[in-house]
Amino acid sequence: MNISDMSLSFNERVIFSLRSLYSKYGYTQYKMSKFEEYDLYARNKEFLISDSVITFTDTNGKLMALKPDVTLSIIKNTKDTQQGVQKVYYNENVYRASKATESFKEIMQVGVECFGKIDSYCICEIVNLAAESLRKISPDCLLDISDISIISEVVKDFSIPESCRKDILRCISQKNTHELAKICGENGVSQERTDILCSLASINGRPDGALEKARELLEKIGMTESLKALESIVAAFADSNIKDMLRIDFSVVDDINYYNGIVFKGFVNGVPGVVLSGGQYDNLMKKMHRKSGAVGFAVYLDMLERMGESNDEYDVDVVIVYDDRSELSGLNKCVKSFTDSGKSVSVQKEAPLNIKYKQLVKYSEGEVVILENNA
Amino acid sequence: MKTMLNVALPKGRLGEKVYAMFEKAGFECPSIKENNRKLIFENEEVGVRYFWVKPSDVAIYVERGAADVGVAGKDILLEYEPDVYEMLDLDIGKCRMAVAAKESFRDDLSRTLRVATKFTNIAKQHYLSKGRDIDIIHLNGSIEIAPILDLSDVIVDIVETGTTLKENNLQVVETIVPISARFIANKASYKFKSEQIDKIVREIAAEQRG
Repeated sequence: MNISDMSLSFNERVIFSLRSLYSKYGYTQYKMSKFEEYDLYARNKEFLISDSVITFTDTNGKLMALKPDVTLSIIKNTKDTQQGVQKVYYNENVYRASKATESFKEIMQVGVECFGKIDSYCICEIVNLAAESLRKISPDCLLDISDISIISEVVKDFSIPESCRKDILRCISQKNTHELAKICGENGVSQERTDILCSLASINGRPDGALEKARELLEKIGMTESLKALESIVAAFADSNIKDMLRIDFSVVDDINYYNGIVFKGFVNGVPGVVLSGGQYDNLMKKMHRKSGAVGFAVYLDMLERMGESNDEYDVDVVIVYDDRSELSGLNKCVKSFTDSGKSVSVQKEAPLNIKYKQLVKYSEGEVVILENNA
Repeated sequence: MKTMLNVALPKGRLGEKVYAMFEKAGFECPSIKENNRKLIFENEEVGVRYFWVKPSDVAIYVERGAADVGVAGKDILLEYEPDVYEMLDLDIGKCRMAVAAKESFRDDLSRTLRVATKFTNIAKQHYLSKGRDIDIIHLNGSIEIAPILDLSDVIVDIVETGTTLKENNLQVVETIVPISARFIANKASYKFKSEQIDKIVREIAAEQRG
């Protein structure tokens, strides 16, 4: 079967190229059921982007859910292995409540997960795949990368209530240094630590300069060790053109209860939000009583809906209208002559009102007459 | 051609103050001062495009990327919780989000508290943190009238000088949070236009420090 690129939407083309990319690196497709026991999500609500889940009672009385997330299901259904790594990719629909419309949406998601004994190579491979995935979407893209353990380390010794810790992380993720300084001040955090946190939250830039700045800051509190993992990942791309699309940004602090180590977020110029998100999530694995580590990411295809060239100026190239005097074989031949020449055709009894066409022709008694030319 | 930075400004007096700050920071656009009904103004030379929008809509324009940056009140940010960077407290448009009630009000903990407000999310979060059972009554305006007509026990609303409250025999029972105008940026736009955005933030912050 030969499908021309023209007949695929932008999203479909992206999906195909991502699947081929992941297969090339030895990731196998993980196909799963649309439903999952609700209990899995109830226990891990904080991991979900939105905590609203579509539920229903199965024929056996069990409370089920339409999957709002794929990672949890994959962890639950794969073997906890310490030997080697298991590499999978998925291409599934998930069901989430949209904040904007306050209703559920079906979202196509593509992603990769790597479970097992996760070492630096696994993380590098995932970062590389994340960068390559973004490139498949657009050459004008950036990958924010951070190590969540750096911020965790800096705030670890703060003797502050849990709610304050959450507020501090929220402020960091919003680069909201004015409020961050205020919360730290109110909770007795030293001025030095406060300044370091504010400066770390503000860092955003190319690896070389940004890492140097971070090193200077962390040196003051003897925490440069925590920067090593990030530095070694970035160094691994020193000779690669991926280095140009990496940006160090310590405001990438997804939920510390689930993520640890390297975390990243991908952006494509022209798309107003995060297109790709992922990282190491050993903490989630621990929470789900797994001994192995994990790293992965998801590409949010719903964000790409408005991308790609618009081909919706016309619905169809040619509309052919026919009448009762048109004999079938002649009409068929007429239609084929257009389709064979690469044109799309809509055959109608009357000129349609709701179709935008380039040309309107009439077929009658073996003759083709052009009635309208719009292109 | 210069990359244009799209800025959503809140219509009204606050917006004018904000524009003056941007102008001082080197992002001037003289056509904005012309007295007409246009909503979009641009200065290609500097690479900036301003547009006036309803103050409560600024956060939506920025979150959805129609504007790269904008200025929104902290009240709107707390109410709608948009996923944006909140990069600077502009220290203008200062007021507070407060709980107000009739002078005779006594909080009867044995009953559900009826709260009238335009800011349902802020009110819910506030009382949730106290574990207080409330009945939210969403109103779009003239909130002060609710306790007078016994529609609610208290209101949660923005208080500037407190004059409106006083004139309606109401008083502030509790301040929830101080409010001021904040400089916000779309997270993706910031990645691709960080140089311009950082420059504005830097210049305005320097201006604030005097």
